[in-house]
Amino acid sequence: MIRLFLTFIVTLAPIFATADEQVVAGLSQNRVAITSNFDGTGILIFGAVKRVSPPPDDWPLQVIITVSGPRTPVVVRRKEKWLGIWVNTDSVNVDLAPSFYAVATTAPLNQVLSEVENLRHKISVDHLIRSVGVVESVPDAGKFSEAIVRIRQQNGLYTESAGIVDLTDETLFRTQISLPANLVEGNYLTRIFLTRDRRIVDAFTTNIFVRKVGLERWIFNLAHQQPLIYGILSLAIAILAGWAASAIFRLLRLN
Amino acid sequence: MQIYLPIAEVSVNAYLLLGLGGLVGILSGMFGVGGGFLMTPLLFFIGIPPAVAVATQATQIVASSFSGVLAHFKRKTVDLQMGFVLLIGGMVGSAIGVQIFKALKEIGQVELLVTLCYVVFLGIIGGLMFLESLRAITRSRKPNARSAPRYQHNWVHGLPFKIKFRASGLYISAIPPLLIGAAVGILAAIMGVGGGFIMVPAMIYLLGMPTKVVIGTSLFQIIFVTGFTTLLHATTNFTVDLMLAVLLMIGGVIGAQIGTRIGYRMKAEQLRILLAAMVVVVSGKLGVDLLQEPLELYSLSSGGP
Repeated sequence: MIRLFLTFIVTLAPIFATADEQVVAGLSQNRVAITSNFDGTGILIFGAVKRVSPPPDDWPLQVIITVSGPRTPVVVRRKEKWLGIWVNTDSVNVDLAPSFYAVATTAPLNQVLSEVENLRHKISVDHLIRSVGVVESVPDAGKFSEAIVRIRQQNGLYTESAGIVDLTDETLFRTQISLPANLVEGNYLTRIFLTRDRRIVDAFTTNIFVRKVGLERWIFNLAHQQPLIYGILSLAIAILAGWAASAIFRLLRLN
Repeated sequence: MQIYLPIAEVSVNAYLLLGLGGLVGILSGMFGVGGGFLMTPLLFFIGIPPAVAVATQATQIVASSFSGVLAHFKRKTVDLQMGFVLLIGGMVGSAIGVQIFKALKEIGQVELLVTLCYVVFLGIIGGLMFLESLRAITRSRKPNARSAPRYQHNWVHGLPFKIKFRASGLYISAIPPLLIGAAVGILAAIMGVGGGFIMVPAMIYLLGMPTKVVIGTSLFQIIFVTGFTTLLHATTNFTVDLMLAVLLMIGGVIGAQIGTRIGYRMKAEQLRILLAAMVVVVSGKLGVDLLQEPLELYSLSSGGP
């Protein structure tokens, strides 16, 4: 994975090779452990702009930070009235949609980024879902990808927050991205873009590793790798709990 | 205190789960039912994915039924022969049910099927029970009225493969108990319930078993059917959440003790009419949801690997 990212950055690098301004960034933590009492977490993303010459004073510098959860296939289903009741009828398979997506900017997105750059780097929430290849099943496939964005925005999984990146003296920036409690395991791609005149001048990518640990890890692995043993274990615990209840009940009635 | 459920991949309040388990435990202690028919919709409501709710609920029923059946073994009110015959039917039914569940999960209709099962079965049983207990209450107010005979000779007794069920004092064909077992097994797998609310009336009214052995025998076979369902869900759907099951069990086990004590202080007809009213309300609520236009027409589920 790391090697993949290195190649990604290397291939990305020539685009910004001419940039006078470079972004250097860090995270408060690049590992998030999902423990039993995990209740969401905040990640502080901070950094600075490195320059060889003084900053140009024509257009103000802007910062865009995105954090994107692992991309997984999603099935979107639509209910329709059928014989008087509401049932799922049409469905669309969206090949890849991130489980989580947050965009944080210094100013409203349309003021800091042009539509062309937005499309090229797929930054705003409405460019997240690729609906290529789903058109054959239903005529209005676009509504299904809109539904993903709408539902996940309502659940707080997709967010766009303008003005929450603090930029000091066009050099230092920082923001806090909160990861919700209903977090899915995986690598969370974090991208930082510097823009001037709504054009990207430099970019930086890194990863936040989100993993279940301890008991959570153990249960999840057992359930998927040794399903039979896991099933038997669940039953053993159930039988034990049932027996314990009856034993305690008997004790309580004796006294 | 928030707790992250490793299989459901959602974070929920642990006290809420303990409370839900306790509440359903009280009701199950009061009425002698597993309480799955209440718990499963409640789990949907707090955001547990339906597939996980159904499979985990089956695990929790194993715990509560095992606790109950131990008490019945002490009083010798379990018909083991009948239990085993029902069980063979139940295993077959459970295997079929899990396959139906898996197929419907793939085409996205599992929610509809579970809801339809709830509306139809709870509606019918709750309605019948409500009428029956109303009649019982009015009858008890007229002291000279005669109660109907429990045991009737009907077509059930003309079928082949007769077996002597000593504890129940019955000599009947093995076919009806096998069929009842299978039907309950299918429902248990699809609805995530033990099926006691169908099994108990079927044993009393269709098989003519004496009421005192019915509950123990029903619990006995429910343990195995829901246990088998748990194993099948764990191995085919990977949807049993151990963390969720344990929290529900703790609440349920404590609630059941409190419920049993409340139950002792109430009259049988009052208990039955309350249970019936509750069953009718749950099925009515689910039925209205099917008929009303949902606020969000679209729903998301994870795609295949």
